[in-house]
Amino acid sequence: MSITVENISKSYGAFQALRGVSLDIPDSQITALLGPSGSGKTTLLRIIAGLEKPDEGSGPIRFHHEDVAGRRVQERRVGFVFQHYALFKHMSVFENVAFGLRVRPKHERPANEVIDRKVHDLLKLVQLDGMAHRFPSQLSGGQRQRVALARALAVEPRVLLLDEPFGALDARVRKQLRAWIRRLHDEIAITTIFVTHDQDEALEVADRVVVMNEGRVEQAGAPEEVFHDPATEFVMNFLGHVNVFDGRIEDGKVTFASVQIEHPAALETAAGPARVFIRPHELSLHLLPRSDSLPATVTGIHAAGPAVRLTLAADGEHTFSADISQDVYRALKVSVGAKFWVLPKDLRVFPGSAPDAGRL
Amino acid sequence: MRLPRRQHSVLPGFGLTLGFAVVYLSLVALIPMCALFLRARGLGWAGFWSTVTEPRVLAACRLSFGAAFIGATLNAVFGFIVAWTLVRYRFFGRRFIDALIDLPFALPTAVSGIALTTIYAPNGWIGRALVPLGIKAVFTPLGVVIALTFIGLPFVVRTLQPALEDLEADVEEAAASLGASRPQTFRRVIFPAIVPSLLTGFALAFARALGEYGSVVFISGNLPGKTEIAPLLIVTQLEQYDYAGATAIAVLLLVISFAMLLVINALQRWSGRRHLRGM
Repeated sequence: MSITVENISKSYGAFQALRGVSLDIPDSQITALLGPSGSGKTTLLRIIAGLEKPDEGSGPIRFHHEDVAGRRVQERRVGFVFQHYALFKHMSVFENVAFGLRVRPKHERPANEVIDRKVHDLLKLVQLDGMAHRFPSQLSGGQRQRVALARALAVEPRVLLLDEPFGALDARVRKQLRAWIRRLHDEIAITTIFVTHDQDEALEVADRVVVMNEGRVEQAGAPEEVFHDPATEFVMNFLGHVNVFDGRIEDGKVTFASVQIEHPAALETAAGPARVFIRPHELSLHLLPRSDSLPATVTGIHAAGPAVRLTLAADGEHTFSADISQDVYRALKVSVGAKFWVLPKDLRVFPGSAPDAGRL
Repeated sequence: MRLPRRQHSVLPGFGLTLGFAVVYLSLVALIPMCALFLRARGLGWAGFWSTVTEPRVLAACRLSFGAAFIGATLNAVFGFIVAWTLVRYRFFGRRFIDALIDLPFALPTAVSGIALTTIYAPNGWIGRALVPLGIKAVFTPLGVVIALTFIGLPFVVRTLQPALEDLEADVEEAAASLGASRPQTFRRVIFPAIVPSLLTGFALAFARALGEYGSVVFISGNLPGKTEIAPLLIVTQLEQYDYAGATAIAVLLLVISFAMLLVINALQRWSGRRHLRGM
């Protein structure tokens, strides 16, 4: 079931949560809505579910060509999983999962044996078959979230919507559940949208990532695409650590922090101020100078990890970080105070001067 | 049989606190009640029985329990709506209404009685409107119910408020997304979650209404056998120096109230037991 929304706006009083968002969600894939808090991602999810009404003048919400904008949440057949599980505390795990089947109108309601079989199948799917008679208060956070998922799947939803599904869990459980949900999706292949503010989570789990900011979509694409080819400064900044330099574009070259580098973006753009973004892993350290490398002094070392993160200072004013492998770290005998030539292997240039501080 | 290992908590002494609780309860509640029973014993079983089966006593008890039960039930229904409104919605004057709820607590009951009598009297604001309908509120059992409803309201509202605040809105949304209609969501999700608190509120309002005296005596008219409540009957007996008779009625009231509160408590435990287990 593909989903299309067109020109969706939503405001709460003076606050505009969504500003004319249009989006295509492909069929049978996992799409992540990624953004900081207040970016409108949860609002968009809730509007798709029918839990929230978009403002007057918003466009249609299509579930595979059918406009559901006028339909109530009960009629949309969506499976919604809440950040804080929202389980029915007074019902057993079994009754929680069976709820969606039991509230159907009499003529559509399955027989008790059918419900029984279906609930047990679903509990097997979420690996909680032995827990049917427990109550939510007797389960761990990860187990509760799996019950919530089974409960949502019980009504055979056309789409599965997850609102920060791992947000309330601790780091280790979160990682396990992420990998598990990816495997589960490969098994049942239902169109899934999940909201997160954690870029690792989005990049790891999703087939497609939609980066949102201030009620707008900044970029939508495959995880590799948004990570390696960010469309805007915001996306660049939001997806992982990045070094930012203020520089200039002149004569087809980019100038920043005492280096001048040729860059395709500089050829297409008129002269003027520019912002240069370089990820730490895109920098390499050398003992000898090159025309496009900049001299820098090591001011800090963080070696406990798969890569070594160095903090460097150039010209005494620019501080930035670089990731190098443990092998290179040992071979170069890096120590605090040592001087190196730092070479950008890759960089991204966005014309314009520094945006106002509130944006990032 | 071995006892479970003692649990250590931050606060001191199970022994100390239990001892205090027992002594305190004995001084405040248990000993006076025992004295009541001892006093009633002087009457003998036959004397006790003939006192409590007098038609006037039976009528008074019927009225007291009946009116208290109706009042508590009305409060359970309408108190729920009031609590729901106060918890769920933000509107102008919410805090004012919230403060108003406690008024029946704060007012001397005689004041409530006079106020209610004034407006429900045939020439009062509300009483005037009731006359054409052929309804007489003052000096009838209806008046008793009105007074007992008035004084019981805060109990239901105040016990329900925290329970409703605890109820997350996303639980209702979850029910809706699973296809449940509003009545289904209420019946299957909201109501079961608040039943224990609702029963507590009901029990408190009921108990309070049983003991109420001050506000009722003005509005009921105190016609023996018709609008005379049991607490008033006790006072009347005392005024006639019939201490044994007064204590006999008191014992009867006490036993029935205690039994009813026990039943409500059991109901409440039964309904709350399941999801509170392990929490």
